[in-house]
Amino acid sequence: MAGHSHFSPANVEEHFEFTSEGKKRIIYAFIAGVVALVIGIYLLSKGEAGGHEVAAAGHDAVKAGHEAAAEHVSGGAVSHQAGVEEHYDWTNRIWANVWLNAVFFTGIAVVGMFFVSLQYLTKSGWSSVMKRVPEAFPKFLYISLPILILVFFFKGDVIFHWMHHGVTEVGNENYDKIIAGKSGYLNKNFFLIRLVVFGGLWILLWKMLRKKSLEEDLNGGTEYFNQLVKIGTAFIVIFGASSSVFAWDWVMSIDTHWFSTMFGWYMFASWHVTTYAVIVLAILYLKDKGLMGYVNENHLHDLGKFMFAFSIFWTYVWFEQFLLIYYANLPEETIYFLERWEGHNKIYKTSEILMVILNFLLPFLVLMTRDAKRTRIFLKIAAFLIIVGHYIDFYQMIMPGVVGKHGGYGLVEFGMVAVFASAFIYVISDELTKASLVAKNHPFLTEALHHDI
Amino acid sequence: MSSTTNYILGVYDDEDEVLHAVSAVKAKGIKVEDVYSPFPIHGLDVAVGHERTRLPIAAFMFGTLGMICTFSLISYTMVFDWPMIIGGKDFFALPNWIPIAFEGTVLFTAFGLVSTFCISNDLWPGNKTLPLDIRTTDDKFVMAINVDKNKVSAADIKKALKDSGAVEVNVK
Repeated sequence: MAGHSHFSPANVEEHFEFTSEGKKRIIYAFIAGVVALVIGIYLLSKGEAGGHEVAAAGHDAVKAGHEAAAEHVSGGAVSHQAGVEEHYDWTNRIWANVWLNAVFFTGIAVVGMFFVSLQYLTKSGWSSVMKRVPEAFPKFLYISLPILILVFFFKGDVIFHWMHHGVTEVGNENYDKIIAGKSGYLNKNFFLIRLVVFGGLWILLWKMLRKKSLEEDLNGGTEYFNQLVKIGTAFIVIFGASSSVFAWDWVMSIDTHWFSTMFGWYMFASWHVTTYAVIVLAILYLKDKGLMGYVNENHLHDLGKFMFAFSIFWTYVWFEQFLLIYYANLPEETIYFLERWEGHNKIYKTSEILMVILNFLLPFLVLMTRDAKRTRIFLKIAAFLIIVGHYIDFYQMIMPGVVGKHGGYGLVEFGMVAVFASAFIYVISDELTKASLVAKNHPFLTEALHHDI
Repeated sequence: MSSTTNYILGVYDDEDEVLHAVSAVKAKGIKVEDVYSPFPIHGLDVAVGHERTRLPIAAFMFGTLGMICTFSLISYTMVFDWPMIIGGKDFFALPNWIPIAFEGTVLFTAFGLVSTFCISNDLWPGNKTLPLDIRTTDDKFVMAINVDKNKVSAADIKKALKDSGAVEVNVK
C-alpha cells in the first residue's frame, strides 16, 4: 500500500555492483570446492571415501529382487545392477557428480527463462519489478550445457547403461533385449541431436528475449512487450516438450530398463521449485544490500506462495509416481524404489526420507501462514531447505543408477557442489550487473509497484 | 444491527473519496465502525483498521480434523473391524490411504470454512439483515460510525463526515 510513492519508474535505474570483494569471496568458495574435490578424489582413488562394506543379507535380498525383475521383463536379460557392477571404476563417482550438478544447475538456469516467459505469456504485472533476476539465470547454460555435452560424449558409458558396449548387439554377451528395443530413441547420435538442438533453442530464445528486454529499457514502448510475449510463448512451447525429453534423456535413461510416464513432470517440478527458492534468495540478498527497495513484502508473498504451492506440487507428482508403482506392484517398476529404499546396503534410504521432510514437510509447515511468506527470515529458511532438499532429490534420481553401492556423501560430493554453485553465483552476478535491476519501461511496472495482496 | 444502536452514516459518491475520508475521520479521533461498498476497495480494510480474518486458522483446524477423521475411519474399517487383503498389501497400507485422507482433508476444510464464514457473518438461511442504506448495493459508499462507542459528540461526527466529502449524513 504505502511506502513507495517516492519511486517513479522513470527516475530510477538501479545497478547491482559486483565488487571485487564479492568476486574474491566467490572465487575463494570456488577454490575451497576445488581443494575439497581434489582431496575427495584422492581419497576415492585410495578407496576410503565410499560406502563399500557389503552387508550380505540386504544385498542378496535386493539382488534377488533385481533378478526377478530382469527375468520378468526379458527372460534373463542382464539387470541394470549387474551392469553397474561389471563396469564400475572408482572415477565413475566423479563423473556421476559432474552430471548431477550439471543437470541440477542447468535446470535452475533454464527455469529462470521459463519463469520470465510465463510472466509474459500470462501478461502478469506483479513480477515486472523482479523479472531481471530470473532473466539473468539462463546465462549459466553457456557453461552447463557444454559440460553436459562433453561428459556425455566422453564419459556417457559411465552414466548410461544403454551406452555400455554391446548391449544392442545381437549375440554379444552384454546383449540386452529391452535396451536394444529402445535403441531407436536411446542412441548416441539422436541423444546429442536432441541435446544440441533443444539446448541451442533455449540459448537462442533467451538471447532474443534478453536483447528485446534491454532495448525496452532504452527506448520504451509497448511493441517490445508484444514481441517479448511472442518470444516467451515460443519458449514455453519448446520448453514444454524439451523439459520432458531431457528428463527422459538425462535422468530417466540412467535406469534404462525402468520407465515412468510421470518422470518429465516430476523432474520439471523439482527444477521449478528449486528455481523459485534461488530467485527468493537472490532477491533477498539484493535487498540486504540495500537494492530493490521497490520489491516489497507483497511481491515476496507471491514468491513465497509459489515456493509453497510448487513444493506441494512436487510432493504430489513424486508421491503419485510412487503410489502407482506401489499399487500396481509390477517387478520391473518397483525395482526403482526397491533400489532406493533397501538396495545398496540401504545407503540411499536416509536421503529418501530426508528428502521428503525437506521438500514437503518443512516448506509446508514453515510457509503455511501469510506472515511467514512476508517475513524475510522464514523465506530464507524455506528457500534454503528447498534447495538442499531438491539437490538430494536429484542425487536420489541419478546416483543409485550410476554408482550403486559405491555412492555416499563424501568430499567429492561437497566439493563438486561448491564448485558448481560458486560458478553459478559468479556467472549470474556478472550477468546481473549488465542491466538495470528494474525494467523501467516495462508497461506493467506501475501496476507492480502498487501490488497489494 | 439492532435498532437501539445509534448510527451516523456518511454517504459518499466515490470509492477514492471514501478511502481518504476514512483516514481523515479517524485522524479526528473518531472510531469508524465499518464501511459499506458495492464492491471491494483495495486498502480499505487496512484503512478502517479491521483485524485480519482468522479463517486460515479455522481452515487448518478443519483440515487436520478431516485428516484425523478419515484416517480413523479407514483404519477402523480396514484394520480392526473387517480386515481385508487388497492387492496383496498389508492391512495397514498407508500409501493407499493418503489420497483418501487428502480428499477428507479438503472436504472438511471446504464445508467447515463455508459454515464458519456464514455463521460469523450472520448469513444463515432465513436471516434477513437489512443494509444500513440500501444504496450501498448500487452506487453509494457508506461509512458507519457508532455514536455510543465514540467519545466525540454526534454534532462533531456529523461535521467531520461533511468535511471529509460526504454527500449526505444520515442518522439511523
